[in-house]
Amino acid sequence: MKKTVIFGALTAAGMAAGAAAAGTLDDVKARGTLNCGVTTGLVGFAAPDANGEWDGFDVAVCRAVAAAVLGDPTAVEFVPTTGKTRFTALASGEIDMLARNTTWTFSRDVDLKFTFVGVNYYDGQGFMVPKDLGVSSAKDLDGATVCIQTGTTTELNLADFFRSNNISYEPVPIETNAEAQQQYLAGACDVYTTDASGLAATRATFEAPGDHVLLPEIISKEPLGPLVRHGDNEWGDVVRWTLNALISAEELGITSTNISEMSGGTDNPEINRILGTEGTLGEMLGLDADWAMKAINASGNYGEIFEKNIGEATPIGLARGLNAQWTDGGLLYSPPFR
Amino acid sequence: MSDTSAAFVRTEQVPPSPPPTSATGPVKWAKDNLFSTPLYSLLTIAAFYFIYLILANTLPWIANGVWGTSSLAECREALNGVSGGCFSVLTERWNQLLFGFKYPADQYWRPALTFLLFFAAAAPVLFFKLPRQLLLFTALFPFIAFYLIWGGTILTPILALVGFVAGYFVYQRFVAGSFAAGFFGGIATAFVVWIIGGMLIPANANEGALLSTVPSRDLGGFMLNMMLGVTCVSLSVPLGIALALGRQSDMPLIKWICVVFIEFIRGVPLITLLFVASVMLAYFFPPGTTTDLFLRVVIMITMFSAAYIAEVIRGGLAALPRGQYEAADSLGLDYPQAMRLIILPQALKISIPGIVNVAVGLFKDTVLVSVISMFDLLGMIRGPILASTEWNGVYWELLGFASLLFFVVCYGISQYSQWLERQLATDHR
Repeated sequence: MKKTVIFGALTAAGMAAGAAAAGTLDDVKARGTLNCGVTTGLVGFAAPDANGEWDGFDVAVCRAVAAAVLGDPTAVEFVPTTGKTRFTALASGEIDMLARNTTWTFSRDVDLKFTFVGVNYYDGQGFMVPKDLGVSSAKDLDGATVCIQTGTTTELNLADFFRSNNISYEPVPIETNAEAQQQYLAGACDVYTTDASGLAATRATFEAPGDHVLLPEIISKEPLGPLVRHGDNEWGDVVRWTLNALISAEELGITSTNISEMSGGTDNPEINRILGTEGTLGEMLGLDADWAMKAINASGNYGEIFEKNIGEATPIGLARGLNAQWTDGGLLYSPPFR
Repeated sequence: MSDTSAAFVRTEQVPPSPPPTSATGPVKWAKDNLFSTPLYSLLTIAAFYFIYLILANTLPWIANGVWGTSSLAECREALNGVSGGCFSVLTERWNQLLFGFKYPADQYWRPALTFLLFFAAAAPVLFFKLPRQLLLFTALFPFIAFYLIWGGTILTPILALVGFVAGYFVYQRFVAGSFAAGFFGGIATAFVVWIIGGMLIPANANEGALLSTVPSRDLGGFMLNMMLGVTCVSLSVPLGIALALGRQSDMPLIKWICVVFIEFIRGVPLITLLFVASVMLAYFFPPGTTTDLFLRVVIMITMFSAAYIAEVIRGGLAALPRGQYEAADSLGLDYPQAMRLIILPQALKISIPGIVNVAVGLFKDTVLVSVISMFDLLGMIRGPILASTEWNGVYWELLGFASLLFFVVCYGISQYSQWLERQLATDHR
């Protein structure tokens, strides 16, 4: 994940302008649309289809928030941002929230003054090698040539990993993912390393995906999540609990198919509180009582969103892995709705 | 002894026999041009081998191309291991490549019509032999194009037009007395008209307008490249002339403003200016009152190319013999007349290749806007299309299509400029 110090400094300088946008929830309601920052295109996470409709894993978070706040999952103005423009767009108030596979790091949270409201995808740096190489572990890669994107944290992680395992490698610097695909397929490097989700998406585009394997080692932590500006905790709560509602819905078995049935009332009080038939959770957030129901209705619960966009049935074919519910051995763990 | 030994005597001339095949036709041409020395023969064979290699790979790839599938995986299935292009991406996404992914599909006729009208508007400027009355349409074209592409109420372009017309009349009225009075009076009048008119247009005029409003953020594809290229080139040529003349001015204030502007803009990379337009300017405006991003980018690119064009034209001005200036003075012409009638026609004629060079470069530079998340042709390819699950991995077909579009336009510009140079015969033969 890229990080540009200069733009960080600009962001800090722009906080004066950003602070004027306090009361984001009211702004969004008055405007009638949610301005949501997304990538300019990342397979499975955000991309417009042939009709120009945005679709993807990060896009689903935007739609859920729009549904919770405005009652309409299509009331989103998607603002495409690049790795360089994303933070300034958020700090200057051009967008209300950013859902753009952004890694939650200390300096972004503290120094750039953003609030990460949670994690919607636990990523990490992985390795892809051709099957012919006969390698089953990254520790066997002594002396390998490695395609690596320059100027990213993956470059540093790679150096750390090889040094701590006392093995050597030869880097082949490349600029973009597209270039990496060509170099790797042409045999210019034995190994391609980047985020595991990116590797899976890249492998899915190969002519013979079965000839390449992803090694089991994940050598870095890349928790990706939506973020908002510092200083507007009410708005941060709305986004945070919308994400939590999607995760809890999967844990509690609320799906887009059975939600209308469940909204009639169930025996489980937590489901009732989420769906607004019991308690006043929606009112506390400044939203309607059925806010979470609308959010889940937008594109399903977390599991449904995952399966539809990046899951094993899609060409990208990512396994749940770390992104399974905590009850299934993953890291997804939503605080209780109480 | 032999009176019968009279030799055969020809009664008519021998008809010229055709030259041997080795000295005529394609064989001779090949011998002279391709195989004249052993070294050249070797180079020729090597060159033919390279051409063969390229064609042997590309021709089957094009001929086997698949056109009708709906994803890359289906393409590969249809090809079944044979080398071939997956041109289906062009048939499925051509509209996004040309118009961007957010321009409403039922409104595509609007930019298409604008594109056709553009030729009608450009023709009288490009070809001097056409009747001069056609220039009236050229003058109206910016307003028509704005109305067609952005839509909304027709009052906006009409108001803009009225402002220009009012300004022009004021200029005409006062320019005889003093150029400055006419110039600044005209500008002031135009602004007064726009401000007053802007108050008169009702705030909800865009609702229910004949052509639906399309915000700038929804523009994209090759349309965006064309719009940026055409707008910026046509704005930067007059601005560049003004800057070049300003740099040669005797008035120190004007001279130094122009020098600082040109040197500063030329010393900064275009991509930096674009980042300033997209990111920094947002901080200078109060929240919610930002200027349109398209307008900001047009201003930045225009400033950039105007600085370059100014230097090209300064070269043309410097190339004129001093006698031309003195001749103008001796005829009693004042400064605007001398420039308009004597100096600029010659200086611009000399500068044509340079100006065209800047224009072609500028047109290609418009793809840089993809780094500030505007979806021009390259931005569409690199972003949405390659990021879709169906088309991730299709590179050659998409980038080849983009190259083709740019090549057609740039080659056309280049051919026009060569024709123009022949017409004006810039070298003093």
